[in-house]
Amino acid sequence: MYHKTLGYKIFSIFNYTLLISLAILCILPLIHVLAVSFSGKEAASANIINLLPIDFTTEAYEKTFGNPLFLQTLYNSFYRTALGTFITMAVLVFAGYALSKEFKGRNFYMWFIVFTMLFSGGMIPNYILVSNLNLTNTVWALVLPGVVNAFNLILLMNFFKTIPKSLEEAAKIDGAGFFRILFQIYLPLSMAGIATITLFTMVGHWNSWFDGLIYMRETSNYPLATFLQTIVVQQDMSKISTNPEDLENLSQRTVKSAQIFIGALPILLVYPFLQKYFVKGIVMGSVKE
Amino acid sequence: MKGKVSGYNEGVLQNPKEKRKQNSYLASFNFKQTWPLHLLVLPVIIFAIIFNYLPMFGNIMAFQDYKPWEGFFGSQWVGLKHFQALFEFDDSVQVIWNTFIISVLKIIFGLAVPIVMALLLNEVRKMSVKRSIQTMVYLPHFLSWVILGGILIDILSVNGGIVNRLLETIFNIEPIFFLGDGDWFRTVLVTSDIWKEFGFSMIVYLASISGVNPDLYEAAEMDGANRFKQTLHVTLPAMLPIIIVISTLQLGNILNAGFDQVFNLYNPLVYDKGDVIDTYVYRMGLENGNFSFATAVGLFKSVISFVLIVVAYRLAFKLANYRIF
Repeated sequence: MYHKTLGYKIFSIFNYTLLISLAILCILPLIHVLAVSFSGKEAASANIINLLPIDFTTEAYEKTFGNPLFLQTLYNSFYRTALGTFITMAVLVFAGYALSKEFKGRNFYMWFIVFTMLFSGGMIPNYILVSNLNLTNTVWALVLPGVVNAFNLILLMNFFKTIPKSLEEAAKIDGAGFFRILFQIYLPLSMAGIATITLFTMVGHWNSWFDGLIYMRETSNYPLATFLQTIVVQQDMSKISTNPEDLENLSQRTVKSAQIFIGALPILLVYPFLQKYFVKGIVMGSVKE
Repeated sequence: MKGKVSGYNEGVLQNPKEKRKQNSYLASFNFKQTWPLHLLVLPVIIFAIIFNYLPMFGNIMAFQDYKPWEGFFGSQWVGLKHFQALFEFDDSVQVIWNTFIISVLKIIFGLAVPIVMALLLNEVRKMSVKRSIQTMVYLPHFLSWVILGGILIDILSVNGGIVNRLLETIFNIEPIFFLGDGDWFRTVLVTSDIWKEFGFSMIVYLASISGVNPDLYEAAEMDGANRFKQTLHVTLPAMLPIIIVISTLQLGNILNAGFDQVFNLYNPLVYDKGDVIDTYVYRMGLENGNFSFATAVGLFKSVISFVLIVVAYRLAFKLANYRIF
């Protein structure tokens, strides 16, 4: 047995050490940000915080949640995520079900959709289109352009294909049409697959920031990700608070860290569910008959 | 039903043959039975036409001097002027070059690191440890570059960022201006991209490893192969098809240096080494209002990427029998 040899044991020790340190390295930055967000402002400006908060305080979170603009963008993000995920999933589930069947015209539809994966119109034509459709500054600009996702559609189609044909044939004999078969047989049996794609779509919407930046005119219409982008990356501090006295008293670094962490929190919360499904989903997407 | 169709056609005087052909072609779709399927596909096709195909046609503005108030039909046609400019401007040539270098580095390390990591993780026999490692390394993939950009700006700061503090205490070196120095900036882009994605990219390799027949290892051990030789002669060959697929498909990413990442980390100090096609298109088009030139730059990228993706899919099909659907 190879794992009883001395050489392999030495290798194992190195291997475990390396992999565990790398794994910790993946979550360390998030822990550091969390520590800063709960620290006192003096400690934050003195740059002495590592992985544990110093002078523990929740002041940064109080300030963040006391900012009406932050709350508004937080709401916008939840709204666009819910609306966008619902529309996208409805459209993709219908199409994925139909395309999992063999019928004349299917190949044309498939290539029509796959082509969107191969060639994209580009940033500027998309921007002009959205403004010409008068969607600018509305939630539809964030929801409608991203509905067609060829990759997710193919994943859904593959999920539907795994459902045994005999079930459908039995239902057909009983007189069920395509719609009944979809809602009463396919949907309940492929909940795992649909949950995977739903979670992917939700994460995509939550993380999406660029569309908010170019399509929204007022900051109060920004989704949270865009709002964070302007504060954390563009360092536009005027948005943290309008009161100049506040700005001086506040350690901007702790507030920024608190906002970063709140932005990541929903992802961290759905992550356990996500992890349960995505491995299966990805493997399935890469395995085709 | 067929008899009925031809019977109807006999009464038609002009071109009875052609008419019959047309009807039987339509009939071959069998709409009477399959109409619900066409109806179910309809929404996605409509969305694709409006939000994916219309912008493709919008690219004609790359051949115009597009003015928003004159529209597509009123703007003046200028032929290939903007494409000429693309190859004459020093900064646009530099931008193409930057994009190429950054994405090639990302592709090479983005292939090698996950493969090695998957092989190493396969040697972890304690399932609880293996699962915890997986949970931690998959996580960064799901966080956006806004969050990670914010974190990186903070920890890489010259003024007491935790990375510079660590380097100072351990190696006693001066703080490094990671995000303000062009060469360091590229290193940060490649490293942080690998850091974010290696875990997630590992999944397909782990799946192919778990599909290896255990008998093969047993047989190799009988023949006196140690674990390293088993990895070399059993595990790696089993992974080869998926490695070929992933690496050929990466060909299509050669002009994708990662807009989200660069946009959230760069600043004017590193434009010469870190500005890439997509960020350049954004600044030229949406910040400076130079719509037509920016569209030309974007179209240049889309066309080259399209050719590369098609070649990549053909290659993946030829080499490993990979199909999109």
